[in-house]
Order: sequence, then C-alpha cells, then structure tokens
Amino acid sequence: MATTNQVGLTKNDYRGAPTTLCAGCGHNSINNQIMAAAFELDLVPEDLIKFSGIGCSSKSPTYFLSRSFGFNSLHGRMPAVATGAMFGDHHLNAIAMSGDGDTSNIGMGHFKHVMRRNLPMTYIVANNGVYGLTKGQFSATAEQGLKLKSQGENMYMPMDIVLEALASSATFVARSFAGDANQAKELIKAAFSHDGIAVLDIISPCVTFNNRDESHHSYSWGKQHREMIHDFNFIPKQEEIVIEEEFAEGTIQKVTMHDGSKVVLQKLDRDYDPTDRINAIKTVQEANQKDILLTGLIFVDTSSKSLIDLYELPEKRALNRIGQKEVRPSKAALEKINTRMF
Amino acid sequence: MSGVQEKVKGNGAAEKVVNDFSMTVATINGSGSQTSNLTLQRAFFRMGIPVSGKNLFPSNIQGLPTWYTIRVSKHGYTARSETHEIVVAMNPSTIAKDLADVAPGGAFYYADHIRVDINRDDISVYQIPAKKLARESDASPQLRDYVANMAYVGVLAHMLGIEIDMIREAIDFHFNGKKSPVELNMGVINAAAAWAEENLEKTDPYTVERLDQTKGFVMADGNTAAALGSIFGGVQFCSWYPITPASTLAESLTLYLPELRDELSEDGKTYAVIQSEDELAAIGMSVGAGWAGLRSMTSTSGPGISLMSEFVGLAYYSEVPVVIWDIQRVGPSTGLPTRTSQGDLTMVRFLGHGDTEHIILFPSSAHECFEFGWRSFDIAERVQTPVFVLSDLDLGMNHWMSKEYQYPDVDMDRGKVLWEKDLEKFEEKFGKKWGRYLDIDGDGIPYRTLPGNKHEESGYFARGTGHDDYAAYTEDNEDWEENMARLKAKFETAKEFTPKPEITGSGNAEIGIIAYGSTEPAVLEAMDYLREEGIDIDFLRLRSIPLHDEVFEFIEEKNLIFVTELNRDGQLWQILNMEFPTGCGKMVSLPKHDGLPLTATWLKTAILEKVRS
Repeated sequence: MATTNQVGLTKNDYRGAPTTLCAGCGHNSINNQIMAAAFELDLVPEDLIKFSGIGCSSKSPTYFLSRSFGFNSLHGRMPAVATGAMFGDHHLNAIAMSGDGDTSNIGMGHFKHVMRRNLPMTYIVANNGVYGLTKGQFSATAEQGLKLKSQGENMYMPMDIVLEALASSATFVARSFAGDANQAKELIKAAFSHDGIAVLDIISPCVTFNNRDESHHSYSWGKQHREMIHDFNFIPKQEEIVIEEEFAEGTIQKVTMHDGSKVVLQKLDRDYDPTDRINAIKTVQEANQKDILLTGLIFVDTSSKSLIDLYELPEKRALNRIGQKEVRPSKAALEKINTRMF
Repeated sequence: MSGVQEKVKGNGAAEKVVNDFSMTVATINGSGSQTSNLTLQRAFFRMGIPVSGKNLFPSNIQGLPTWYTIRVSKHGYTARSETHEIVVAMNPSTIAKDLADVAPGGAFYYADHIRVDINRDDISVYQIPAKKLARESDASPQLRDYVANMAYVGVLAHMLGIEIDMIREAIDFHFNGKKSPVELNMGVINAAAAWAEENLEKTDPYTVERLDQTKGFVMADGNTAAALGSIFGGVQFCSWYPITPASTLAESLTLYLPELRDELSEDGKTYAVIQSEDELAAIGMSVGAGWAGLRSMTSTSGPGISLMSEFVGLAYYSEVPVVIWDIQRVGPSTGLPTRTSQGDLTMVRFLGHGDTEHIILFPSSAHECFEFGWRSFDIAERVQTPVFVLSDLDLGMNHWMSKEYQYPDVDMDRGKVLWEKDLEKFEEKFGKKWGRYLDIDGDGIPYRTLPGNKHEESGYFARGTGHDDYAAYTEDNEDWEENMARLKAKFETAKEFTPKPEITGSGNAEIGIIAYGSTEPAVLEAMDYLREEGIDIDFLRLRSIPLHDEVFEFIEEKNLIFVTELNRDGQLWQILNMEFPTGCGKMVSLPKHDGLPLTATWLKTAILEKVRS
C-alpha cells in the first residue's frame, strides 16, 4: 500500500498529466519538487491553485496537481490573472509557474507590480535563458556573449530576476538550481508558508537549446559555479522541536514564517543576513560579477502586509461564496442615492 | 428653435422667449467655472424646467479654453443645440469667437475687464463687473478668481428670472451645506443680482419660468450611474487604469462602495478595486476574478480596449464572465481624447483573434447606465462570456437630466455554478459526469465550478483554445470544431437575456431610423421636426448585440432606413448590412464624426436631403 501523508493522500493524489517536456528538462525536476513539497506539507490539492503564462514553464502546471484549479493564461500576463483570481477565494495557496521569457521579457511590468503589491503567491521562474516553444531564441536572462545555434551571439546585458524582485520590494526572494532537487524543494515549502509574494528564480537548464557547458544556464555551469549562501532548512510547524536538537547555537539564524513554520539557515562560508535588503542586493551583484551562482534564501521579510490583508476581506469566508443579501444594497439605499443625484 | 413666443406686456422691446434656449459659458479650464455652471443647471432643474449640460473641454489641466453649454427646453429636448442664444464670455482669448457665436437676437454677457470690439448690433450686450464683485466680497485673494465666476450666476439670475432660492439649494448641495463657502458664494451671487437690477436694462427675449417637468427625474452623468448600477449589481472586483473619459466610472465605485456596501457584511469588505499598471493588467485581473466567481468588471476607453484585446479573446474562449465598460472617445493618442465618439463598435464587436464575437449593451441615458450596470453582470454570468457596455464621453461625463434609477426588478442571476453538493448530485441528475465544457442543456452554456470548491472532481486547468468537454488539453480537430459550434450556439442563446430594441413612433411609418446610445435625444428631437415637415419616422433604438429578430423585422417592414451614429464609416450600418444582406439597398448611413454630440438640426437636414432627392 502506498504511503499516505497526514491528510490521508498518497503521492499519486498530487500528480498531473504525464509530462510532454523534453527528457532531462530542468522543469520536470521542479515539477517533481512541487508535488513532493505539497505532499510532505500535507496540503490538500483543492486548497492549492495554479497559475501560469505561456511557454514551456507555463505548460508545467498541467503536469502536477491535477486536482487543483488552475489557469494557463497569456504570455507575460499571469500575475494579473492570479491577482484577480486570488480575490475569489483568498484562503487558497497559490503557486505560479513562469519562465524567463514570460517574466523578464514580455511580462516584466506585471512581474514588478505583483511584487510591489505583495500578492500572497509562490512565483517560480523556471529560468533557462532561452525560448523553448518557439525554438531557441534569447531571453532577457541570457548572458551577454551567449551563442545560440540559430541566433548568433547575444549582444545585451542580462536581466537578473532576483535583483529585479529585490528592487521591487518583493518580500521573499530565493534562487535555486534544478540540479539541486532538495534545496529547491525546501525553498518551495518555505515559499508556500510565506504570506506575501515569494519569488523563486530556479535555474532550470534547457537540454535542447541551451545546455552547452559554457552557458550560464546549463547543468554543468550550474554545478561548477553554484555557491550556497547558507545551508537552508525548512521546519514545518509541527516539527518545531527538532530545531534545538539538530543545530548548534551561534551558527544558525531562524526566521518564523506566517503560519508558524520556521526557516533555519545554517552558516556556511559567509556571514549573511537575509532580512537585510540592501546587503542582499549588494551580495547578489558581487556574486554575479564573479560568475557565482548564489543559491538559497536571499531575502525574506515576514512583517509586510499582503495584498489581501490590505483589502480587509472577511477573514473566514471566500468572496465567491457570498450571495445577493450581502452585495446588493436595499431599495431604501437607492432612494437615498436618487435624492443625491443632482 | 421651435419655441412659442409671446408678447411681453408693457414697454418691453422684445418678444419674450420662455424656457427655450441654449446658453454657452466660455471660460478657462481649471478656473472653477464648473461650480457656477452646475449651479445654474441645478437651479433650472429645481424650477422644474428640463435642462441638460455639456462640457466641451480640452485635454489639459489648466489654462486652455473650455465651453459649457446649458440647454433649457420646455419641450424636454436634451440634445446639443447648434445655436447659442445666450453666451457668457469670461475668457479673453476666445472672446471674438464667442461674440460671433451668439445667435441673432441673442444675449452676450462678458466680463468687463476684457477688451472687446463689439461689432454686432443684432444682439443684446451686457457687461459683468466680475472682478469688482469678487474684490468686494469676503473672498480671500486666492479664492477671488473662483468667486468671480459666481458673478455671472447672479447677473443671469436677475436677467433670466432664475429663482434665487433655487440657486441657494444648488449652492447648498454643491458645498454639502457648509456654511462658510455657501455664504461666500451666495454673497457674490446676491450682490451681482442686485447690481444687474440697478445697472442693466434687459433688451433680449430669453427668460425662464417655473414648470413642473422634472418630477421623477434626477441629474446625473452616465459614469456615476454605471458605477452605482454596478454596486447594486453586486460588483465584487474592478481593476482599471486611468483614461479619459472612463476614469470617473471606477473612481465612483471607490467613492460609493464603502457607503453602500460595508454595512451589508459584518466581517469584512465584499469588494476590491485595484488601479492596475496598465490596461492589460486591468482586464487580466478582472478576467482572473471573473473566472474565480466574482462579479468582475473593468472600465476604459478605445485605446484601453485595444490593449485588452488578447485577454478578451482568452475570456471568450475560456468562457469567463467579465463586464467591460467602454466610454468611447475620439482616438488614438493626442488631439481629441476629450471629444465624444461612437467609433469603437467594429473593434469591440469582434475583439480578439480568431473567431470572436461579443455581447454588447448600448445604454442611452444615465438611468440606463444604472440598469446595465447591474444587468450586465447577470448576462455575463449567465452566458459565461465577456459583456461590453458601450457608452461614450457625452453620456459618461456630461450632466444629464435622467429618469430616477430603478431598483433591479429581478434577483441576481449567478448562472450555472456548481458547488460541492451540486457536483455530488450531478451524475444522478444528468446521467453524465460533469465536464467544464460539456453542453448538458443544449443551449451552449456549460456548468462551471469555482476555485475553492473542495470536491475532488471540481478542479480543472483553464486555458484558451485547446480543451475538450472535460477541460483536458487537446489539439484534436473535431473537439475544436465542436467547441466552436457550441460557442456560436451560446451566442444565439444570449439573446434570451439581452435587452431588446426599443421602438418609438407610430409603428406604421415607411421610413425608419436606427441609432444607439447617446444620440437618442437628438433622434427624438429630429423626429418632431420632421413630423412638422410632414415626414413620419419610426425609431428603433438598438440596445444590444447580438441583434434580435425585432431588428430584422424593422428593416423588413420599412422602405428606407437611416442609420445614424458618431463615426466616419457607419460602423453599425456596416454590421447591419452584414447581418441582414437582404436589407442592404434600403439602409442609408448617416454618420457624423466631428467630435461633438449629435444635433437634431443636423440630423433633420441630412434626412430631408436624402428623402427629397
């Protein structure tokens, strides 16, 4: 018999349709970690909601969480659809899948605005520096000088998703690598627990169009250049007690998430405080200059209000279940309005 | 003008014209003249006299010429008039033109600090010591320019016979009863009226007298009415981006929602209004909210509509209810964005790529803006598709006399929505498993579930084109064709829920006229004039697309049908010809596209020319 989690579901209950992405695509690995994270966190699929735009990454929500609602929207416009939809039932846990083209090219405006609005949503950018579905064009995250088969050499400077998110007041910013399944999974869990926008820039190699060793979005470059900013651990609420036993004091920093779970960061080579936005920007800039792929939880702020909080919706009820009695004012109210139309 | 004239008793030089004139005030925008103009308009309204006001304003914040026209009509005509019987000139830069614009026999009032060569002897000319009166008032130096505009209110009150008490009511309303501004402004008005009594001799014929023709009416603009209608329709979500002339619609939601809705719910707000980063996001958020089961809307104008086209196509194919108000204006880019137009019809009718067609509602008055405000949600949710409401700058932003808003006469129709219990019983009830795009009832409208539904089989992944009856991804050609046929059938079904055309006239006329929206008052007025010329016309006012059979029957019955609208190419005329090819030869296009509201005199002349040739 298959293993069940605490809500009585098996891994099967978190599956999607069989993937149609290329064998070895980094996105498949991300999809697997999303399913694993949801299973391990005992989330019910009906409590999750998926959003995507257009591109290989945006097809991905077909391949996980079939039972969840989702909307495969327009190229670059996913943040807008997600923002509106989350007002329908704000108790849902939102997960968005986007790509580097979808986010940093056509959708940069919406990306930055969904950051500043702090929509409670996990926003994963499966970042491979290249357009897959349209066969191998440069995206805005491609490094300058990158050579692609049918495109020649990239002339422009790259966009950095993490820096753009930091500059736009994002409240949770992380970077990971599809080749590091465990880190990606733990970061996804933390993102699920964050009450605000949680951006995960996951370098996710495109094995078909952009996986040459020297490419900054390839498996081998990622493996050689990655540096974990800290050892990242996510402790769900009910397992809190473990913290004290497993980690030695003085080398760790704890961040309590909105739902009571904790992020435990264990010091590696450098001192790093992920609650300092200015230092985060500086550290990422410096790492980029040195060709270091810095991974981990780069910034977190658990105190800012989410977009939903700002609108003072009923705490326990979903707007989409509210009926006429509470949304149509009375006849007397209209009579009063009529006297004021002058 | 067909006003009845009567002799003034005593030694008056002119024959009196009562309650029948058009008055234009020329000012500089940003100078605060709007308060004065609205005060005059409201005072006429309170005297029971039918009145309408139109603001012709530039795309500018402050300093450019602007004209406000008030039409007073005992016949109840509210369309723009081409003549200006009274002109009030407060702007030095336009005074020569303003003087030339006065109708022969009319009255010209101007601020006495402006130098002007009065080169006409066919009109009455009066000076207004506006600056002097402002100086002598209690106004602080910063407020003097504003209260100077109240000088013409006072002078006109005396010269036209406007009841001062009614002016006070208007001022009271405007300043929300606040004593100090009310007294300050009334002080200037009273001083100006007294000054006029002492210094001016009336030599023109235009006056007003109390009537009883405004009972059951309100003064309102279409955008406020649309917002209020949406609120009574239970709007829950609106995302919008600023654009003239649509902004005041969403701003009115923000203004009225707390007052009208907060007390209905005990534990929080039941709505959200978000100003988005652009129109793509405005419609994107609104589509997201509509998909998630909220009564969702956005408001914009032509340039915004074009940016929204991809999302509207997506909403059509993924079958998402959303209401889109298009307050039409002249476009694109700079030039005439503050002038009115009905130029978006063709674009909106087919907005999107591939085969798309949309439900469109055409309100013609503020109270119909209110009605379509709530009704559009019922239609959108029932048919599960975008619903457009086409208004325009004239209807949306100008201050109209309109019937009082009517309370919705039907309960909200939330359409075919399945919650957990409905899904449990679905198979038993219909003999089939539920599928998001499965046509169970044969009307083309499937059943939908909403995010947050906890039933294991409720969820689906929404997308644009490639889905089968059960919302699974497919590129199968037969699935696609069937889906397209169902969407077509659904559009036919929509006619059961959309407003039918309204026909005015004897019904037996051989000539017909078809129009929609803000041109209605001009059409009704022109029908009166044409009747005087011996020409009987029936008027079909289109209220929605898809076109009902009544439109086809009307075209069948008539020998000649004029289609009048505010655009160059006769967009409605084109659509009618396309849909009723057998009526082609009978339909004559009478488009007008000068950026101004239609006038009855233009329409009358245009029709006479065609009929007599």
